[in-house]
Amino acid sequence: MLPCPSSSRGKCKLLRLQELQTPPVSSKVFIQRDYTSGTICRFQTKFPSELENRVDKQQFEDTIQTLNNLYAEAEKLGGRSYLEGCLACLTAYTVFLCLETHYEKVLKKISRFIKDQNEKIYAPRGLLLTDPIERGLRVVEITIFEDRGVGSGR
Amino acid sequence: MKSCEYQQIDPRALSVSPLSAQSHPQTKAQRPRRKWEVFPGKNRFFCNGRIILSRQSGVLPLTLGLIVITCGLFFAFDCPFLVEHLTVFIPVIGGALFVFVILSLFRTSFTDPGILPRATPDEAADIERQIDSSGSSSYRPPPRTKEILINQQVVKLKYCFTCKMFRPPRTSHCSLCDNCVERFDHHCPWVGNCVGKRNYRFFYSFIISLSFLTSFIFGCVITHLTLRCHAGKSLIQAIQESPASIVELVICFFSVWSILGLSGFHTYLVASNLTTNEDIKGSWSSKRGAEDSGNPYTYNGIIKNCCATLCGPMPPSLIDRRGFVPLDEAAAAACTSEIELPPFTAKNDTNMCTQSTKDVLERMLHSSDFHGVCPAGPPKTSPLGLEASDSLGAARAPSMCSRRADSPCTTCARSRKDSLHSINPAFRLASPSPSLPRVNLALSDTQEKGFIPLP
Repeated sequence: MLPCPSSSRGKCKLLRLQELQTPPVSSKVFIQRDYTSGTICRFQTKFPSELENRVDKQQFEDTIQTLNNLYAEAEKLGGRSYLEGCLACLTAYTVFLCLETHYEKVLKKISRFIKDQNEKIYAPRGLLLTDPIERGLRVVEITIFEDRGVGSGR
Repeated sequence: MKSCEYQQIDPRALSVSPLSAQSHPQTKAQRPRRKWEVFPGKNRFFCNGRIILSRQSGVLPLTLGLIVITCGLFFAFDCPFLVEHLTVFIPVIGGALFVFVILSLFRTSFTDPGILPRATPDEAADIERQIDSSGSSSYRPPPRTKEILINQQVVKLKYCFTCKMFRPPRTSHCSLCDNCVERFDHHCPWVGNCVGKRNYRFFYSFIISLSFLTSFIFGCVITHLTLRCHAGKSLIQAIQESPASIVELVICFFSVWSILGLSGFHTYLVASNLTTNEDIKGSWSSKRGAEDSGNPYTYNGIIKNCCATLCGPMPPSLIDRRGFVPLDEAAAAACTSEIELPPFTAKNDTNMCTQSTKDVLERMLHSSDFHGVCPAGPPKTSPLGLEASDSLGAARAPSMCSRRADSPCTTCARSRKDSLHSINPAFRLASPSPSLPRVNLALSDTQEKGFIPLP
């Protein structure tokens, strides 16, 4: 890291001020996908060690399990999805341009659920769950803040 | 401020229009950008991100042209005769098939095939940490793989160096599109796009309907010529009366074999829940002799496999093309160009760098550590020299840095550099097609590098 050149000392001062105003993000934990049942969307329910002092293990596992159940509901192969598929085929797939698919509806439900969990359980403990759809359904990103309370993390 | 020969690069000497490039960061910093504008893969976007196409559109125009021309000739030359002699339903059926084929083709070509967004820098760092901690510390094992159990079967997950993540099962990286695609089947040049999880059903309906269409037209043309011959004329005479029929006959004859063959092949793949990629690589064939369930993804039933592949739920697009780039990332993109603006204005009159533009730019792009210089970096060139941008740049840079206190600007700059590196830098700068943000970054990258040797 280069030292601040003399002419940009003003900028360095601004930098320090800005740092004080926003709480620094401490770290992130990533819950990876669980592929043991195939390519369906499931996340590992193993409790990460970084959260040991932060949140109750059972609560965390319940959150992840509910998420998994919601994704299973979205990807369920059943009468409804077959009907949707056949209708789409008959209309040469133009029906998806107007209607919302079942998956999209469940995704909205999932973001409401995550927002709800953040407000009730995780934010008071200085944690923030990121909706997996924002990470390409690869991971559940949990941001751990050093200071308790509202942060501007991802 | 120490003077450096690199400081005084006159942006007007740069090949890329500096005024527009430098003024744009200001306006772009205020205008929120959509994610498709900063997408790192080799894709083209239209209608403000609604339509996605591979940058290599292959022979899509040819495909479209062949279909349209053949059907046009059919409706113009064969249908009038057949309607008169047979039934009016012939053009009706032909028209319906044609519409279905065209719609399926467009849906296949313009739909996101299931592109996985690249890992964020934090994710990539986390995965690297896990690999380093679990692997040997003495040397770096060349291919990074992870073995997992899927339905009691061992499957190897490979690490993608471009996307910086372990590829989910059945995902493959398409080198033409430079993206990881879920349930990757193949990159089809005829449709100008990859065929993957999200558009496989459209592709399948395209080839099935196209085989029906070509067979239908082939049959109708044969019927047409036969009817003309039956009216007492010779074949040559019949052909002379309807020359377009020969053109259609030739096109359909050659298409029908390949399309029917392809349809048959893909029907087999659908029934066994395989992808072209897996079939060609023989991923499960060695086990097929031993047990029926060599393929861990099969539902062990033809009907169920077909339903799952073709009528399953439609997964959403993961790349969120029309979403807006989060402000901190936008600031990161803009900061490298903006922060350079202010200090140069004072030094505009001192020594000008006399190096050729391309030399400078190429040298800077090939540097590896420019991002060590963060916002508090040395002055950059700016023809505008605006006070407004001075304060703006100063304010933005620190805020950007403070947000990334634990993962410094190096990571954000590095991730952008990685995405830039996917294309030849010299070519990128010369061509106007790369989006302006990248040009800005390239400019600022080069300028930053020039300042590193400053004492």
